[in-house]
Amino acid sequence: MEGNMRLSLKVWRQSNTDAAGGFEDYKLDNVSPDMSFLEMFDVLNEQLIEEGKEPVAFDHDCREGICGMCSMYINGRPHGPLRGVTTCQLHMRSFKDGDTIVVEPWRAQAFPVIKDLVVDRDAFDRVISAGGFVSVNTGNAQDANSLPIAKEAADDAFAAAACIGCGACVAACKNASAMLFVSAKISQLALLPQGQAERSIRAEKMVAQMDAEGFGACTNTGACSAECPKEISLENIARMNREYIGAKFSSSAV
Amino acid sequence: MATSSRLDARIPQGPLESKWSKYRSSVPLVNPANKRNLEIIVVGTGLAGASAAATLAELGYKVKAFCFQDSPRRAHSIAAQGGINAAKNYQNDGDSVYRLFYDTIKGGDYRAREANVHRLAEVSGNIIDQCVAAGVPFAREYGGLLSNRSFGGTQVQRTFYAAGQTGQQLLLGAYSGLQRQVGMGTVKMYNRHEMLDVVNIDGKCRGIIARNLITGEIERHGGHAVLLCTGGYGNVFYLSTNAMGSNVTAAWKAHKRGAFFGNPCFTQIHPTCIPVSGEHQSKLTLMSESLRNDGRIWVPKKKDDNRPGNEIPEGERDYYLERRYPAFGNLVPRDIASRAAKERCDAGYGVGTSKLAVYLDFAAAVERYGRGEANKNNIHNASDADITAWGKAVVKEKYGNLFDMYKQITGEDPYEVPMRIYPAVHYTMGGLWVDYNLMTTVPGLYSLGEANFSDHGANRLGASALMQGLADGYFVIPYTIGNYLASEIRTGKISTDHEAFVKAEAEVKERIDTLLRIQGKTSPELFHRRLGKIMWEKCGMARNAQGLKEAIEEIRQLRKDFWSDVKVMGTANYFNPELDKANRVADFIELGELMCIDALDRNESCGGHFREEYQTEEGEALRDDENYMYVSAWEHKGPENWELHKEELIYENIKIAQRSYK
Amino acid sequence: MSWFSQTLTSSIGKKLLMALTGLFLISFLVIHATINAMIFYNDGGETFSHWGHFMGTNPIIRTLEIGLVAGFLIHIIDGLMLWKSNRDARPVKYAVNNAAANSTWYSRSMGLLGTLLLIFLVIHTSHFWIPNRSNQFATGEELNLYQMMLETFQNPVVVLIYVLGCVSLFWHLLHGFKSAFQSLGLNHVKYNGAISFVGTAFSIIVPILFALMPISIYLGWVK
Repeated sequence: MEGNMRLSLKVWRQSNTDAAGGFEDYKLDNVSPDMSFLEMFDVLNEQLIEEGKEPVAFDHDCREGICGMCSMYINGRPHGPLRGVTTCQLHMRSFKDGDTIVVEPWRAQAFPVIKDLVVDRDAFDRVISAGGFVSVNTGNAQDANSLPIAKEAADDAFAAAACIGCGACVAACKNASAMLFVSAKISQLALLPQGQAERSIRAEKMVAQMDAEGFGACTNTGACSAECPKEISLENIARMNREYIGAKFSSSAV
Repeated sequence: MATSSRLDARIPQGPLESKWSKYRSSVPLVNPANKRNLEIIVVGTGLAGASAAATLAELGYKVKAFCFQDSPRRAHSIAAQGGINAAKNYQNDGDSVYRLFYDTIKGGDYRAREANVHRLAEVSGNIIDQCVAAGVPFAREYGGLLSNRSFGGTQVQRTFYAAGQTGQQLLLGAYSGLQRQVGMGTVKMYNRHEMLDVVNIDGKCRGIIARNLITGEIERHGGHAVLLCTGGYGNVFYLSTNAMGSNVTAAWKAHKRGAFFGNPCFTQIHPTCIPVSGEHQSKLTLMSESLRNDGRIWVPKKKDDNRPGNEIPEGERDYYLERRYPAFGNLVPRDIASRAAKERCDAGYGVGTSKLAVYLDFAAAVERYGRGEANKNNIHNASDADITAWGKAVVKEKYGNLFDMYKQITGEDPYEVPMRIYPAVHYTMGGLWVDYNLMTTVPGLYSLGEANFSDHGANRLGASALMQGLADGYFVIPYTIGNYLASEIRTGKISTDHEAFVKAEAEVKERIDTLLRIQGKTSPELFHRRLGKIMWEKCGMARNAQGLKEAIEEIRQLRKDFWSDVKVMGTANYFNPELDKANRVADFIELGELMCIDALDRNESCGGHFREEYQTEEGEALRDDENYMYVSAWEHKGPENWELHKEELIYENIKIAQRSYK
Repeated sequence: MSWFSQTLTSSIGKKLLMALTGLFLISFLVIHATINAMIFYNDGGETFSHWGHFMGTNPIIRTLEIGLVAGFLIHIIDGLMLWKSNRDARPVKYAVNNAAANSTWYSRSMGLLGTLLLIFLVIHTSHFWIPNRSNQFATGEELNLYQMMLETFQNPVVVLIYVLGCVSLFWHLLHGFKSAFQSLGLNHVKYNGAISFVGTAFSIIVPILFALMPISIYLGWVK
């Protein structure tokens, strides 16, 4: 190996959802500062296999910060010490030789641990199924330019839509609240003319599903936005509150 | 040359422009009551899979969708950056369906099927309409209308985009449509499931065997049709811009069950990726081709010039793309840009520590935009520092996320020093052979998106992959599947108790048991690396007969080693990513052999397939239209045994020419 | 469940209640602080008692007082319900949690600060409000609150408890004031600065004003 960093790792190991888990300590030599955090875990896993131990299970896929699959709670922070960065884009140059790094899975009632650092985030899919869409069947659409959208609205909608659904907001929140995630989708569609028809029902249903999944409420600490790898703004939560309260007190759904 | 009797592309008769509209209005329909009884299995939930699953469910079919990720939203379409093409001609710059069709055929180096490509161009506009209606926040101008940018291989602005995250926005649009159907119960979604075999009964595809990746359970799923929307196989090279989980397993199982594999050797090497930084590298990261709109590519004129890029004076830089291809300059198609970079580096002009990189420089763009801003604001005596600051702000707005990503990965600030880039495996034009209906050679088994071979010939143009995925899923398969399913309305529910299911399941289990039983010394990861090294060195950007023959032997040996020395930890009864990986690597090894065989068969250079023996004196690719204007469709006959079937490509609407971007 | 109770028991509805009752209690603090500040006239409690008498006997104010008690109760009970559901949302805690990197300690400690304030409230009301209202109920006569204050704040322990109560109030308000606006959906780039400024100023001025009362009496500045 080409690097010269030495690290101590404390990694959460848990064989399945129902099993009790605990930390295991590992030592790694020859870590290169140019490695990504997940490449460092690749090295660890190769080492474990050589020792005849089972490698650490962790979620990852695109490794370029966009799929939202990677999810590690590193030294007490989701996706590690940097802002606006996913675990896969975190590089070892952000750590020092001799560091001890503690790695845990996302912790939330709504995100049960599947194995080691892997959690089940199906709750997010169910929240989207509840209303995070525009009900337009394929073939219904009119010409794309027949619907002008102010650049500002389009840009704001895009900024909200940049959410990658990784769950760092839930992981960071002291209440394991999913409000940043849910509000990003509600905002995106509330800001666009395409989303107007279902605006009320969307807010009502998505929030109801969010609550049913067992996420906590919002204390407005701002931890979610501070830890969001896509830096989704807290304004979205305020907008969701408006959308929801407005919908609840004005819609005809009893 | 005549097309093999085993291949029937089922291209409708009539003039090219009306083939699709005529076919669409005459294809058999299934009435709504019958649709409810027909089950369709969709494997993969990227742009093609998600859009197909949602659309088919909207039409009334019962759909089951599968993905190996924890959510359909994570499919690798999400990583596409630059944009999606459509022949809207919103910019009034001379675009048309015919021009998009022509550019795609030419860009593919005349190795794609005319009828399919024309259909793709025809529906391209509908895709944009559909996505906008679904709430995709494309970039817009101040007037509120859609914005376009240009891309490699074209001279019009037809690329729609959402910053550098177009794939993400399109996928989330398709995903939201899919989740809507999941919520309504018309699509049953199976996350963290991997398809491990297809099941054919009496010559028709009737279902799949899938493994629940959490519990390890092997499941049988029956359906009247199976759609493989499982993406490309670039990970056969180990290092590529694909996601870590992207794999060929689904397509490969289909291939071994009778689906022919088309043009396996056609792989796209993308010119603008972040160079390899060391042995530990697990994947490569793309820097969108859109950067070539504003970035200028160069190397020092002097060999082994070790000065930092920003300290090398203008006169000592070789802008080799602008020099060699003045008409298209930095916007030549990907295959050409990639080979030109390799040529410069091989000749000793590469930069960076590895010397396997060239510069992508934004200094000129910063200055140009900075002056533009000054003019816009009527400032005539702006200082250089101000101009640079304004220019950087414009560049940041256009490419900010890409610049941030570059900085994050390399630790260098691309606003200050030129980016270093090098080509990397990105996309595979080859894939399962399909006819005009997107059906493989197995009735009832379809392939959509990157998983099929159909639209990009030997080289894909930038921003066309998203277009093809969504075209197949939203606008092609919903019509063409009727052609098959109309005759299936009397079949009744597919029973998974049939012996074919029992047998396929037993085979899958046997293979998993074998993998776990070997308990050798080498991890699946290391086998993957070894395969990748062989493929990149001998079947990569440049290939030759000698190397390919060696590669075939080496891969055969690797396969033997794998099946005697692989070490898979854990068991099959719970979440075990090592086992998943071993399953995938085993299939990649077999595919690698076929790719080399195909590359060896094709004694010409075309698009992404560059055979060193076949080049002009200037080093340009030398096509052989007389002998190789065909699609290679390989039939699997047994281990290390394939039979080649040829589909002749007939160009009735395009004049074949030497592809020139000079 | 009716749409109304469904709304108020949803996660956002509970926050709405917290915000509305919180702002209502903030408005009460303005009145409370203003009237109590009359002691600084240092006129032997004359102005203070005048307004105290008005507040204690005016029928409109007395009716509003029921609302105030309800406001306190809703704010407290709703807060406890939120605390419970928020705690349940994360049954397994992190072994290492560097929350300081992404949020302020007091924003994460609203439940704790609220509990301290509740304890203080019990002490405070048992000093003044409960005896006074009980006496009014029993005899129809008001107690001399000014005199009671002078007596109560001779005890340094009591003064310390009141000062600590004010410190808790400061931190609680510092987050709560702005947070209420966010919960109500009032987050706008044009007004955020003003909300933040007023919130911070309020959180500093009101608790200091309150804290000065026992301190001034204890030190004999107010007689």
